[in-house]
Amino acid sequence: MNPHRRSLFILVATVLVYTFLYAPIVGLILYSFNSSRTNVTFEGFIPSFSGRVVMEGSLVKSSPCGPFHWYCDLAKNADVLEAAGNTLTIAFIATIVSTIIGTMAALALQRYEFKIKPFTQLSLYIPIVIPEIVMGIGILTLFSQFFGWFNGLLGLTGDARLSMGIVTVTISHIAFMVPFVTLVVQARLQGFDKAYEEAAMDLGANEWITFRRVTFPMILPGVLSGALLAFTLSLDDFVITFFTNGPGSTTLPIYVYGLLRRIITPQVNALSTVWILIVFLVVLLLQWLQSREAKPQH
Amino acid sequence: MNEFAVELRDVVKKFITPEGNELNAVDHVDMQIRNGEFFSMLGSSGCGKTTSLRMIAGFEWPTEGEVYIEGKLMGHTPPFQRKVNTVFQSYALFQHMSVYQNVAFGLEMEGAHRDEIKKRVMRALEMVQLTGMENRRPKQLSGGQQQRVALARALVKTPDVLLLDEPLGALDLKLRKEMQLELKALQQQLGITFIYVTHDQEEALTMSDRIAVMSRGKVMQMGTPVEIYERPRNRFVAEFIGESNFLEGQIKSLSANEASVFIPALNAEVTGTPASEGLVNGEQVFVSIRPEKIHLTEHSERLNTFEGEIASTVYIGSNTHVVVHIGDVRLKVWEQNRISRLEPSSFYTNGQKVDLMLMPENTLVLKKD
Repeated sequence: MNPHRRSLFILVATVLVYTFLYAPIVGLILYSFNSSRTNVTFEGFIPSFSGRVVMEGSLVKSSPCGPFHWYCDLAKNADVLEAAGNTLTIAFIATIVSTIIGTMAALALQRYEFKIKPFTQLSLYIPIVIPEIVMGIGILTLFSQFFGWFNGLLGLTGDARLSMGIVTVTISHIAFMVPFVTLVVQARLQGFDKAYEEAAMDLGANEWITFRRVTFPMILPGVLSGALLAFTLSLDDFVITFFTNGPGSTTLPIYVYGLLRRIITPQVNALSTVWILIVFLVVLLLQWLQSREAKPQH
Repeated sequence: MNEFAVELRDVVKKFITPEGNELNAVDHVDMQIRNGEFFSMLGSSGCGKTTSLRMIAGFEWPTEGEVYIEGKLMGHTPPFQRKVNTVFQSYALFQHMSVYQNVAFGLEMEGAHRDEIKKRVMRALEMVQLTGMENRRPKQLSGGQQQRVALARALVKTPDVLLLDEPLGALDLKLRKEMQLELKALQQQLGITFIYVTHDQEEALTMSDRIAVMSRGKVMQMGTPVEIYERPRNRFVAEFIGESNFLEGQIKSLSANEASVFIPALNAEVTGTPASEGLVNGEQVFVSIRPEKIHLTEHSERLNTFEGEIASTVYIGSNTHVVVHIGDVRLKVWEQNRISRLEPSSFYTNGQKVDLMLMPENTLVLKKD
């Protein structure tokens, strides 16, 4: 292949990759400003601001928020706000819990030798490699069996019964997030010299102070990367949430899926755009942390 | 105060190798390290010197035997309850803390008052000539400076015993030589017991009051640098410290100060000094003689003199290294270049006949194992 043809090949490959990766996202964002309510074709931006919404057929002619009409519409949508609230609550709690468990697991695997260690290490990969739908169904079965047994045992009826909801979603998220956190923290611990901890103990620090003052600050970038990864996974999880949620625990992905089955207004696009921005910021933060981590230590 | 700063009594440390075999990393070691002594453990990697040091620090516990510090039985006492401090080979400076915070860490753990901490940290930094560096991060320091921070961090605790695990290993030769002298001066000034682990024989000889030469988990010989070099007790020590020529033979007559050994390769008897313990008449032994202790002369009628032939000469500046053949026996001889001349090797030419004189006090008789 001559250099000219090679550069052409690279050009074509680049264009294709970027087209398929980003064109849908660009389109999605563009359509969030669509003046057409049906959102089938792009009918141009909403042209003007006005005191109230003026419609002409399915076209929005003017709105108090101008081109950002659908974003304002979104902010007034109580269902969306509730779903956003659920999503963030679940993500925060699940991230904190899974980060603690995952970090402890990583430390234990790094530090101690025990009989079932190879099994434990392998079992970390299982939730990552098995199809999410299998895990979703598995968790659903587990919860419904347990709830059936428990409700029957205590004779609970009506609202007193245990049922699927925000708690089951959070627990399931923790379950699939722990391995990710563990693997990220483990990667960080690979280069961690045991001598740092020995030095701290040598200078008079007990195990707990050693962890708090030396080990934890040194592995913190790894722990934060793990936590942010877990956070983004929880934010956009659909499959497992779908199987484990119940009334009142609708999350954003579930809500959007519900909207798609009825009508797609540009509100969905507006919602997705906001969401993309949030995830993008988290990913930027993650990248920044990892670049700091990658800098030479000496 | 106890006579011994640290005592190891019949200490064994077993490890399980990855293949599942049991290995005695430290094999029935007895050591008494006196207060105020600069004591070195010398040996190649895997000889058990670092493991011994780590058992004194409390990072490892002996499988058998006991460690005593200042006469107190250590048992499973954790490192943070032992009055010893360690300078690590990798320095192990806390990267997320400044130089000041690193040195202050140990004092904070003692619960010292802020002003007290400040005073002592500044004094420690002054001692290692790092005044003005307290706000730097370890990463911003050179290797030599990091080494000094590690030293200050350990010394600020005023330990009974300072443990040093190859602390100069990462420094270049010139800096290492400087630091050797500085460490020795510091130790004498502070009067603290130093236990120093190294694989560098010259370093051990330069700095130590006493040395334990170790191999395969065992102490091969313990003594002053002079004793170790001039009276090695076995072939391992004679070979590991400096260089030696070895001749195999059998003891023909033996007294307390003298042994006569028949060397079949020379077809002659050599008179030497018994250096190993428990030699018996008739025993198969090694005769050991250091290259710089063989005299080459044109002609001599004295005891232990053999006629040889120069096989090669190499000029290395201060010395000329000569290889002499006596029949099939090959001996290394180092001649000091005491006289300045432009053709240093012209004194000996290859094939020239010379007489080699092995003085009985330089000729050591060693056990064969």
